[in-house]
Amino acid sequence: MRFNHGLIGGVAALGLLAGAAAAEPVKVGMVTTLSTGGGYLGQDVRDGFILALEMAGATDRVELLVEDDGLEPENGVQIAERMVERDGAEVMTGIIFSNVAMAVVPKLVRGGMIYLSPNAGPSALAGKGCHENYFNVAWQNDDLHAAMGAYVAGQGFDNVYLLAPNYPAGKDALTGFKRFYKGNVAGEVYTQLGQTDYAAELANLRAAGPDAVFFFYPGGMGINFVKQAAQAGISQEIPFFGPAFSFDDTLLDAVGDAAVGIKNTSQWSPDLDNEANKAFVAAFKDKYGRYPTLYASQGFDTANLLLSAMDAVGDDVSDQAAFREALRAADFVSVRGDFRFGPNQHPIQDIYVREAYVDDSGNVTNRIIGTVLEGHADAYAAECAM
Amino acid sequence: MLLFLEQLLNGVQLGMTLFMMAAGLTLVFGVMNFINLAHGSLFMAGAYVAAAVVAATGSFLLGLVAGVAVAALFGVVLDRVIVRPLAGRGHLDQVLATFAVILIANETVRLVFGRQPLALDPPGWLAGTVEILPGVPYPLYRLAVILVGLLVMAGLWLLVMRTRVGMWVRAGATHPEMIQLLGVDIGRLNGLIFAAGAALAGLAGIVAGPFIAIQSGMGEAILILAFVVVVIGGIGSVLGAAIGALLVGVGDTLGRAYLPALVHELAPAGTAEGLGPALASMGIYLLMALVLALRPKGLLGR
Repeated sequence: MRFNHGLIGGVAALGLLAGAAAAEPVKVGMVTTLSTGGGYLGQDVRDGFILALEMAGATDRVELLVEDDGLEPENGVQIAERMVERDGAEVMTGIIFSNVAMAVVPKLVRGGMIYLSPNAGPSALAGKGCHENYFNVAWQNDDLHAAMGAYVAGQGFDNVYLLAPNYPAGKDALTGFKRFYKGNVAGEVYTQLGQTDYAAELANLRAAGPDAVFFFYPGGMGINFVKQAAQAGISQEIPFFGPAFSFDDTLLDAVGDAAVGIKNTSQWSPDLDNEANKAFVAAFKDKYGRYPTLYASQGFDTANLLLSAMDAVGDDVSDQAAFREALRAADFVSVRGDFRFGPNQHPIQDIYVREAYVDDSGNVTNRIIGTVLEGHADAYAAECAM
Repeated sequence: MLLFLEQLLNGVQLGMTLFMMAAGLTLVFGVMNFINLAHGSLFMAGAYVAAAVVAATGSFLLGLVAGVAVAALFGVVLDRVIVRPLAGRGHLDQVLATFAVILIANETVRLVFGRQPLALDPPGWLAGTVEILPGVPYPLYRLAVILVGLLVMAGLWLLVMRTRVGMWVRAGATHPEMIQLLGVDIGRLNGLIFAAGAALAGLAGIVAGPFIAIQSGMGEAILILAFVVVVIGGIGSVLGAAIGALLVGVGDTLGRAYLPALVHELAPAGTAEGLGPALASMGIYLLMALVLALRPKGLLGR
């Protein structure tokens, strides 16, 4: 026993020495979704985040704790509590899905924790529920849908068929689309969440004879819907539009040629012409051997925002007022070009229309064909009293 | 009217995929009295192996053969490792063990193939559409799925009703001790049934592959529907599974196609948007409840 105590004392002393040699890294807790069909989203956010730390040579300034929430709000709550209370996380980030975010984030930020959202942007946190400790680095959930509504209306379509899964984000999506699209709605269809077969919906869609189709099917649902629409010959007859969530590079790989030509809205694209983005895309492909998605770009931007604020406060995040001020300044180079925070600490940014095409290496990916909304701020900012 | 016929065909096609899943499930449940939750993992195994082989060789038929073979092999392993040791135990033990298999299979797939969904395109000669009725182009691949389903139905019927092995299977379901006394190795017979069910689940996964995202956990959604089919058809009855699968496939498709519009006519705006799809997704479970109320052992259960 005596020996053991001596050993522990020695190890502790060594730990103190190491601590004296370098400043303590900032502990960042990342609660994200790594399993289920949505697991690749969390994977890309995490990988983008880590890549940004490496490219900035900052891996020893940040200690990153990552854990999978399994797309379960209860899991997310437990993991977040453990990271904050047991592991001493000083900044939290990572949540992918809005249902998990709504369970975890309000409690965290009210408890005095800074939270940087790399993906989920539920309206409840953008409007009345906004908080000085909550920063969204991606978008408000409606943004990409609203932008597509504006684009489709601008292209002269006035009889559009709408589809989305029957859950809150699906309804928000179609509401968002109709914010700037004022034409006729040929049909508004809500399907079961996680549905795999769309034969019935596609037959009804064809029979309704719309001049365009807008749909929000993230993840596997998007693959199923687009493949089946192409097999039925419908997406070749009627133009399809959607937000980038159904057309990230991972989904495009699984859908293949069936997706070519489909237009989608995004705040980022692999071909965005700026130095930071070129370096990011090349480094991501090099390190992970796959094309980055918008989620990877959001993880990358989140890490760079964090580092920029850490620079400003000398890596000491204990003075929260100063740290918040530094985050609010958003003094970092975003891979999406211009980026600043609005009054509700959500992005003010350009939103582009992209088109899925086959690039030189035979890979289906996206390219920008135009800008729909310039310096777009979300629709809920006005409701935020901060 | 044309639209209705098209939707009917869509329902039959969905029913055929469900039948391939449910046939194995009902036999294993009925003959061996074993609840196999891992049936969805066999579905996933078939789809993944086929997608990998098609990606490597470019031949859909090769992928089909490999996928079915691996699913059957997976079935043999499951039979030896899980099914036989737990055959005499209660259903709870079986459910726990096969649920563990689901978790292990999903995580293994994630480790081997990654989190990205895989692609599996239909063979070139089945891509595109044919005009089955004037003005109704129908995907050729969906017609092929109906054909495969019909062939499986006919094959299973011949096997179960017209061969010696089939006779053992039918006898084993009702009088297991009796046929054992008559010299039939019931362990081998059960292993054969389990492997055949696994092969069918794998086939279902491959056939469904070109419609759906091939990803970890893809088998669970269809497993639930397959259990509904088994319960409606009557546990242990292949014919019941066929009838149940068609009922569920057609019922689900017609419900999704017509219920939302119908509810829209009847219910006030505002509630109708959510109510229609909710009712449509409940439809098959209401059907199941109705069947169970009228015939507690299912349509053809004994």
